[in-house]
Amino acid sequence: MEFSELIKTATVEDVLLSRPGVAAVRGTLCITSHHLLLSSCPRGDLELWLLIRNVDAVEKRVSGSSGTVTLRCKDLRVLQLEIPGMEQCLDVAGSIEQHIVIVYLSSLSLLRRKTPSRGLFPSHESLAAQALCSLDSVMLTYPFFHRPPGLRLQHGWHRAVPERHLQRVASQTSQWRLSSVNGDFGACPSYPRAVLVPAALGDEAVAKAARFRQGGRFPVLCYFHPKNGTALLRSSQPLTGPNRRRCREDEQLLGTVLGEGERGFVIDTRSAQAAKQARMSGGGTEPKSSYPRWRRLHRALERGRPLQESFARLVEACSDPALSMERWLGRLEGSRWLSHVKAALSTACLAAQCLDREGCKVLVHGAEGTDTTLLVTALAQLILDPACRTLEGFQELLEREWIQAGHPFQLRCARSACSHARGKQEAPVFLLFLDCVWQLSRQFPFSLEFGEQLLLTLFDNAYASAYGTFLCNNEKERSLCKVRESTHSLWAWLNQPEEKHKYLNPLYSHNPLVIWPSVEPQSIQLWQGFFLRWIRPSQHLDEAWVEIQRLVQGKNSSLQESTGKRLSQPLPEPSAGTENGETGTAGTR
Amino acid sequence: MEHIRMPKVENVRLLDRLSSRRAVVGTLYLTATHVIFVENGSETRKETWVLHSQISSIEKQATTATGCPLLIRCKNFQVIHLVIPQERDCHDVYISLIRLARPVKYEELYCFSFNPKLDKEEREQGWKLVDLNEEYNRMGVPNNYWQISDVNRDYGVCDSYPTEVYVPKSATAHIIVGSSKFRSRRRFPALSYYCKGNNASICRSSQPLSGFSARCLEDEQMLQAIRKANPGSDFIYVVDTRPKLNAMANRAAGKGYENEDNYSNIKFQFIGIENIHVMRNSLQKMLEVCELKSPSMSDFLWGLENSGWLKHIKAIMDAGIFIAKVLIEKDWISFGHKFNHRYGNLDGDPKEISPVIDQFIECVWQLMEQFPCAFEFNERFLIHIQHHIYSCQFGNFLCNSQKERRELKIKERTYSLWAHLWKNRADYLNPLYRSDHSQTQGTLHPQIAPCNFLYKFWSGMYNRFEKGLHPRQSVTDYLMAVKEETQQLEEELEVLQERLANLQKSQSGNNKVKSKQQDRSKQFGLYTSNNSLANTPQEYSNDLKSFPSRSPSQGDEDSALILTQDNLKSSDPDLSANSDQESGVEDLSCRSPSGGGCLPSEDSGKDSDEAVFLAG
Repeated sequence: MEFSELIKTATVEDVLLSRPGVAAVRGTLCITSHHLLLSSCPRGDLELWLLIRNVDAVEKRVSGSSGTVTLRCKDLRVLQLEIPGMEQCLDVAGSIEQHIVIVYLSSLSLLRRKTPSRGLFPSHESLAAQALCSLDSVMLTYPFFHRPPGLRLQHGWHRAVPERHLQRVASQTSQWRLSSVNGDFGACPSYPRAVLVPAALGDEAVAKAARFRQGGRFPVLCYFHPKNGTALLRSSQPLTGPNRRRCREDEQLLGTVLGEGERGFVIDTRSAQAAKQARMSGGGTEPKSSYPRWRRLHRALERGRPLQESFARLVEACSDPALSMERWLGRLEGSRWLSHVKAALSTACLAAQCLDREGCKVLVHGAEGTDTTLLVTALAQLILDPACRTLEGFQELLEREWIQAGHPFQLRCARSACSHARGKQEAPVFLLFLDCVWQLSRQFPFSLEFGEQLLLTLFDNAYASAYGTFLCNNEKERSLCKVRESTHSLWAWLNQPEEKHKYLNPLYSHNPLVIWPSVEPQSIQLWQGFFLRWIRPSQHLDEAWVEIQRLVQGKNSSLQESTGKRLSQPLPEPSAGTENGETGTAGTR
Repeated sequence: MEHIRMPKVENVRLLDRLSSRRAVVGTLYLTATHVIFVENGSETRKETWVLHSQISSIEKQATTATGCPLLIRCKNFQVIHLVIPQERDCHDVYISLIRLARPVKYEELYCFSFNPKLDKEEREQGWKLVDLNEEYNRMGVPNNYWQISDVNRDYGVCDSYPTEVYVPKSATAHIIVGSSKFRSRRRFPALSYYCKGNNASICRSSQPLSGFSARCLEDEQMLQAIRKANPGSDFIYVVDTRPKLNAMANRAAGKGYENEDNYSNIKFQFIGIENIHVMRNSLQKMLEVCELKSPSMSDFLWGLENSGWLKHIKAIMDAGIFIAKVLIEKDWISFGHKFNHRYGNLDGDPKEISPVIDQFIECVWQLMEQFPCAFEFNERFLIHIQHHIYSCQFGNFLCNSQKERRELKIKERTYSLWAHLWKNRADYLNPLYRSDHSQTQGTLHPQIAPCNFLYKFWSGMYNRFEKGLHPRQSVTDYLMAVKEETQQLEEELEVLQERLANLQKSQSGNNKVKSKQQDRSKQFGLYTSNNSLANTPQEYSNDLKSFPSRSPSQGDEDSALILTQDNLKSSDPDLSANSDQESGVEDLSCRSPSGGGCLPSEDSGKDSDEAVFLAG
């Protein structure tokens, strides 16, 4: 079904668009297959160019012969359209609403059309991870039609990510190898085709270990710490179940990771209680008796629906203008969002501390290994590894630890904070990660090469994008949908010189150290730039930012100029030659 | 000296709120002016200095197996947690400090013994730095409407006002004196701020002694005179900063507020800023939150909310009584803000102590957060002023009125803080400030009403001694360094251009064409050099070395150390000595919620199959 079939009224004249902080404009509203457009009346300027996918909730209010449609967007913007004519108003609202429903159902249809699973773990998460992508609906989305000028298809996709990762690791150690046991996505449908596993273990054993882990997510290497040769691994929970099943290959895999006499840490992102309870439904955690050299630490991180609700509560508090100061702090606390930020950062620090300070290898997992697990491993790398803190390195980290590691973006980001419907799959884990990165950037303002703008852009694109980067739930789905062949990469667009400078941090200077953030409550702040992006007046802060850029650039240019002068000074010494040289240069300029 | 029962105690432990691992052992000294803790062993022998006047409370806790804990809370929000091995020693220290922290005479205060080695002239110069008359001249008075009145010449009318007071020209001495008799502590309405642009003015006074029905003709005339001093306006606002209930309650005590029926053309407005007792309790509660040991996010936010502190801050901001520049000297000091009473420098009634100035300073900070380019000074400036209000190291903030300060000969016997701050002004500048920036033109319009979220907890102030909590890299310092470097480079560039021009001139006679080329070469020197010397990076980097170190952000341990000093950067002996220098960025171990810095113990629950993990 084409989206355009849903459109009842394609254009509406004389629509008044109002947004907070911007003067209202009147113009013609136009609904296309993928966009809402509004061109202002007398001048014909394009005032609005909104992906319909970006709309989270539609509210309509009809009074007399006209009506108001309020669009709450996934990026937290609120747009109001005053539409003349009751029928037209209802048509517009209806078209957008239907569009939203179809998009949402198509993301759910991934669940229904699953391939025969291994039948080990029948939760929604695992079904999603193993599901076959619903080709028709994904391939109808805008990224498959978006053709930005100046970009070539297939350009800018991060290819051979595992191979390049191995290359870096191999220069330090030979303990890890590239395994193609998942070459056909047979061992684990949510892993990429190639992953890094202990060199000492054959693919056959790895495949068997995969069957002992939920969704086949066996322990793989995600970061090698060159300072002391320790390593960070991730997986999903072991399927010990109520009968305390064991798997020799899994034990072997984790055993070979540790050297002679070495001990490691398992960081379980669930509480001890929750991990124990998971046994009842077939999951569990590594028992001491079978993994004697691994010490388990439990750090309960929020996930799933409670996290989504936390997000929604915070957004609601931020947009409530009637709140008094006292109530505001209460609502901020009541949303629990900052507690989740603190918990995520603390757990990542714990993992980093085990690696860097204790010199131990660390395995991180929760239940499915696709959400809080990735949150912790990605943050830990940002804390430990200066290479991840550059613009390029951060993109690579996202590609490796979120996109190719199988975070189900399609499911998790189907709805944002304003949607009234509450599904089971949505959860802003990626937003939580971005928030934690922002906290790091606030505490270490020179250590990240990128700024807040990049984090905002990443959020926007994860929830509604013209690019294919965050499409689908895993590599298997992406390959079935031919995402790389038929859509443009977000990275290609971001990395164009004229775009790139928007995302750079002018204060950046390489910091080779581990950046240990403070996780005290006094140090965790609300990310105003995100949660209040469309609400707070930002003019003065933007001006400050421009001033910072001006100062830094002023220095750089006078440094260049001064150096130039100093170097050009010897030139005038030989009499004739110099004059020619000077003239020549001046002439050519 | 006679108050020191115990000048020195050894083997004292100094605890760290955030990490039990970071406790240190050292020696505690009590001197006439300071409490000093000197760390044992370490090569640097790190010292912590605390002025007696900074101490706000001393708490002796129950003796434990390790010793007797002594908690010293300071007015600059430092909290020092000591454990003294012997209970008897602890008691002696406690008794001594209680006396030392509460001097009974002004002469015991540090500023009377503090000697920064300045000669008499320099000291006098320091006191002249802030000249109130000049400040009034800047505002545009005296003029046709306002004049200096000498009615308070010898503090005859109001002893908490300065001798020179600006009043409307039409207000005769008779009116002023009459009005003063109708005002609490005789604080008659006097000019505080005059706006040249529109003749508007801010005056201030104490409450009228109106009771339920009393009125005073002269006071009514005084307000008329003030109204007429702005010919463009038909009425004046009378703003009462109290909640209405408080003002009404005061009527029973013969005080109260202006009755709109008696005063023509006034509009009355209550703002509802709570009284000093509420504020003191609120601050107290907030500081307790800051002191919590490993609080959860919820504990912290709940505590912050319950303290009501940010609510009060917002109430004050909402009142809109703060205009951009620092008006501290004029607004607070000369007009008899009761410094001694409010800041408890001398032993006195604890109920009179209130954090009003802390609130003013915080309000300025909140404004700075909203208008990053509008203020010439930075956060450190505010923190240091706050520090010195309580340090009693300088004479500025002593006593309750100009009269008292004159009687004590403060200007002859002590030094001025402003001179000290001026000397180190480079540390206090905001690199983003430009006099030609839009944010420095005219009035700031802070967000009022619904923008609660813009008011933030100021950990830079209230947790200022816990460096680990703050951003580890200072943007302000970095940008200042950048600015300085840019300036140096530009100066150097000028010198080089001059030399280049001279060289060329000496080579190539006085040819007109040549001189044209010179100009061009100046212009394009950059490109010339790049082309011809592109492959000599060595020289380029050598040159770089002669410049000031590029930034504190480079990340090596040394520069990280500079950063952690951050707020304590100035050359202030007292401040730099007690800087709680943590290790650099590298050494800050992360604090996991349960472990307090140590690796947490196994938390496997009650799983029966768990064996004991032998630490390797």
